[in-house]
Amino acid sequence: MISLDLTSALPEVFLACAAMVLLMLGVFRRAGSTRLVLVLTVVVLAVALLLIVFSPDDRALAFNGLFVTDNFTAYMKVLVLLGAALTIGMSLGYIEREQMDRFEFPVLMLFATLGMLAMVSANDLISLYLGLELQSLSLYVITAFRRDTVRSSEAGLKYFVLGALSSGMLLYGSSMVYGFAGSTNFEALAEVLAADLAFDRTPSLGLIVGLVFLLAGLAFKVSAVPFHMWTPDVYEGAPTPVTAFLASAPKVAAMALIVRVMVGPFGDLFEQWQQIVVVISIGSMVLGAFAAINQTNIKRLMAYSSIGHMGYVLVGLAAGTEAGVLGIVVYLAIYLIMNIGTFACILCMSQEGRMVERIEDLKGLGKSNPLMALAMTILMFSMAGIPPLAGFFGKYFVFLAAIEAGLYALAVIGVLASVVGAFYYVRIVKLMYFEEPAEVLDRPIGAVLRLMITGTSLAMVLFLLVAGPVVGGAGAAAAALFAG
Amino acid sequence: MSDWPLLSLITFLPLLGAAFIFFIRSEPEVVARNARAVALWFSLGTFVLSLWLWFSFERGTAEFQWAEEVLWIPGFNISYRMGVDGISMPFVLLSTLLTPLCILASWEAIKVRVKEYMIAFLVLETMMVGMFCALDFVVFYIFFEGVLIPMFLIIGVWGGARRVYSAFKFFLFTLAGSVLMLLAILAIYFETGITDIPTLLDTRLPPEMQTWLWLAFFASFAVKVPMWPVHTWLPDAHVEAPTAGSVILAGVLLKMGGYGFLRFSLPMLPEASALFTPLLIYPLSIIAVIYTSLVALAQEDMKKLIAYSSVAHMGFVTVGIFTVTQQGIEGAMIQMLSHGVVSAALFLIVGVIYDRMHSRLIERYDGLVERMPAYALMFMVFMLASVGLPGTSGFVGEFLVLVGAFQVNTAVAVLCASGMVLGAAYMLYLYRRVIFGKMTKEDLRTILDISWREKAIFAPLIAVVLWMGIYPMSFIDVMAASVANVIDNYEAALAAAEGPSLAALLPVE
Repeated sequence: MISLDLTSALPEVFLACAAMVLLMLGVFRRAGSTRLVLVLTVVVLAVALLLIVFSPDDRALAFNGLFVTDNFTAYMKVLVLLGAALTIGMSLGYIEREQMDRFEFPVLMLFATLGMLAMVSANDLISLYLGLELQSLSLYVITAFRRDTVRSSEAGLKYFVLGALSSGMLLYGSSMVYGFAGSTNFEALAEVLAADLAFDRTPSLGLIVGLVFLLAGLAFKVSAVPFHMWTPDVYEGAPTPVTAFLASAPKVAAMALIVRVMVGPFGDLFEQWQQIVVVISIGSMVLGAFAAINQTNIKRLMAYSSIGHMGYVLVGLAAGTEAGVLGIVVYLAIYLIMNIGTFACILCMSQEGRMVERIEDLKGLGKSNPLMALAMTILMFSMAGIPPLAGFFGKYFVFLAAIEAGLYALAVIGVLASVVGAFYYVRIVKLMYFEEPAEVLDRPIGAVLRLMITGTSLAMVLFLLVAGPVVGGAGAAAAALFAG
Repeated sequence: MSDWPLLSLITFLPLLGAAFIFFIRSEPEVVARNARAVALWFSLGTFVLSLWLWFSFERGTAEFQWAEEVLWIPGFNISYRMGVDGISMPFVLLSTLLTPLCILASWEAIKVRVKEYMIAFLVLETMMVGMFCALDFVVFYIFFEGVLIPMFLIIGVWGGARRVYSAFKFFLFTLAGSVLMLLAILAIYFETGITDIPTLLDTRLPPEMQTWLWLAFFASFAVKVPMWPVHTWLPDAHVEAPTAGSVILAGVLLKMGGYGFLRFSLPMLPEASALFTPLLIYPLSIIAVIYTSLVALAQEDMKKLIAYSSVAHMGFVTVGIFTVTQQGIEGAMIQMLSHGVVSAALFLIVGVIYDRMHSRLIERYDGLVERMPAYALMFMVFMLASVGLPGTSGFVGEFLVLVGAFQVNTAVAVLCASGMVLGAAYMLYLYRRVIFGKMTKEDLRTILDISWREKAIFAPLIAVVLWMGIYPMSFIDVMAASVANVIDNYEAALAAAEGPSLAALLPVE
């Protein structure tokens, strides 16, 4: 069974080859190829998505056990690819307008996506690191893609320095785990820990320290408190489509990775890591809620919002149960869609052809562009978790898991933080509807963005109707993780 | 008898209307006119459908009628369940009755963004009706919370000067209460594995858990009712909301709290209810009745005065529910329905002169009877109903609540009764200042009496007030069996727990 079985890694192999072909295409066609490469990138992502959807569901290993596919990876990869395809698709207008139209842009995003797929499927600390770095290095570059602006370069540099630090921590943790457990393979690690547990031995301290470092490195990637400091600056500085990309697909991939690492190899150390996860979850929810209140820049606001959302996702992990993982999967799916919708709205915020990103600029949008204001309202209420919109269901399932696991304090703090969080989401609604327009935003907005905004906001409203299948799929994904 | 999904039709017909209005595209004038018409016709249609509910409703049984069930989220046993019993059915009618009246009342008062306004109202109606019909906890919660979105927008967009503050206060107060209820719902689901309300009504939850669940439900319903000291959002929201918004707030939204107590707290958590009735419900209700009546006496703003009177009247409701006597609960139900009609009417009454003079201050008006005799008459009917004059609906409710309270606790009954006196004081004082006396304000000389449209709004409300006051049996018949069922279950549960005692509820080391 364990061999260099490439068929289960077909989507990744396809993506890697396609990325290189697109790179060649760009190099040889040079000027004017951006639009073509970008469209082809979206097509490639869509094909990869189909490959995953139509691949067999059973658990399979490849590359001598370095790489695993099952229902969980399939679900997460679909989310990653969906997020990547949508955010790359909506970046076209922006990069052309802002003189960023270089063909490397979509190709780098494609490489980042490939890294994410590798992360999701990692079954070994080595492949974990490999995927993570492929993703991170590509992201550092596209963050600094507007190299002629100080803000973008600063964001890229900051992201790189702090990201390198977190990778260092991750590597250090991995080496300690290897030193004290004797393997980097997830299944081997799980066996070692299970044996420890079976003979009632306390796991060695070195292993736990390694686990803490590993978790710290991963928490950086999902920007959970106290490893969140980079997020607001990077989100603000990066070009908006890059911010949209950063806030969607990599979050899903990194969270999938944390879940797999914690539940899989370190499942038997649950008591040790649960405390950490509870603390960073509370920290993220509370900081995400309170720090966002005073923001004036909408991208910074979204940064704190994403910190808060990751806190809620971690509530599901803190439960450490199958229901918890189900909650995580549902939450991530909804988070991804509403985040993309919100960023599509942010991409529409321009005045006289110049991008604006102050929250104040949304003033009076309810009058000047009623439909976009309506969509934004739906997205904001959904972010705040008000039923009947989709965001509510994400919160519902993670808190259900928390209650089930007896984490009452965590659940109470979580819902109260969501009330505080609701304040700043609703403040945006207030600006759009309760106040008179100051300077009107440009109209009309591009067809792609309009489609994206309509689609995502409709998805928020109509989630009710598809809740059954979505939750069912998430259930299958969660079950796959606990089967092994 | 439930061959066709009557409840779903009543619930979602307004939403269909909202969708219609959404797609109206034309000149602003035409859009506004069409939006008004569509909203009125759809809400009237909904009302007619709900009348069918009233006539087909089988009296004398506590069963849920017109039940519907569709499996929704299979893995979690969550279904879309609808059904009404004697407790919820009258509220459905109250909601469907008030919505067309609100739309009529906004006919001329709302001039900007008419289309959005009508959409918000129809969505609001769907949420309200759905909430009273829902028989699954998750579905219930979705409707219960969903109300916040349209109401927030109605207050915030079409409200008065301090509308932003009020809208936020309303939103955050209610949200903070209800998220705790959500946790309680999750805990119940975890304990029992179901969210099916009829089954849960017959399920016994462990007493030590009940305490916390009860407090979580209380946090939500007490804000909605609202009980002292979490009532402070109400005067702000009422004052700033447009007239029709105040009508729905007072008429239906406050009833959600009372309905919640009666539907969930009492039957599902009997031991905890018995524990907390003397600890929380009675004291807070009595403070609400007496303190807010005194506050109402000192108000300068008519809407604020009526808002405080709402808090006082809802104090009667909470006392009545938690006496757990047939008279007490029926009284609370009648009081809720009566208050739903009367306070809604009083806000409309204020709205009539506000539309003309654009002021709600009492001192702005005097001697209106000279120019507006018909108006004075209508105001008097509702004012007396609010005071609780025999022959009006207010009397029946308050009287039954006091009868129920006397059986349980004389002190509570006496203190509540004093609230009736205070109620008479502030309402009559208001009426004297606004209607009687000599008309001294020059600009009032040209004020017009109420129009046909306004008469059409008040006529059904007067009819209901008198009907409920003169022959309340037609309402009590509807609810009697369900109320008796609640009481029987409550007493059986307490007997099974061998009487409520602190030791059984609070884990003693």
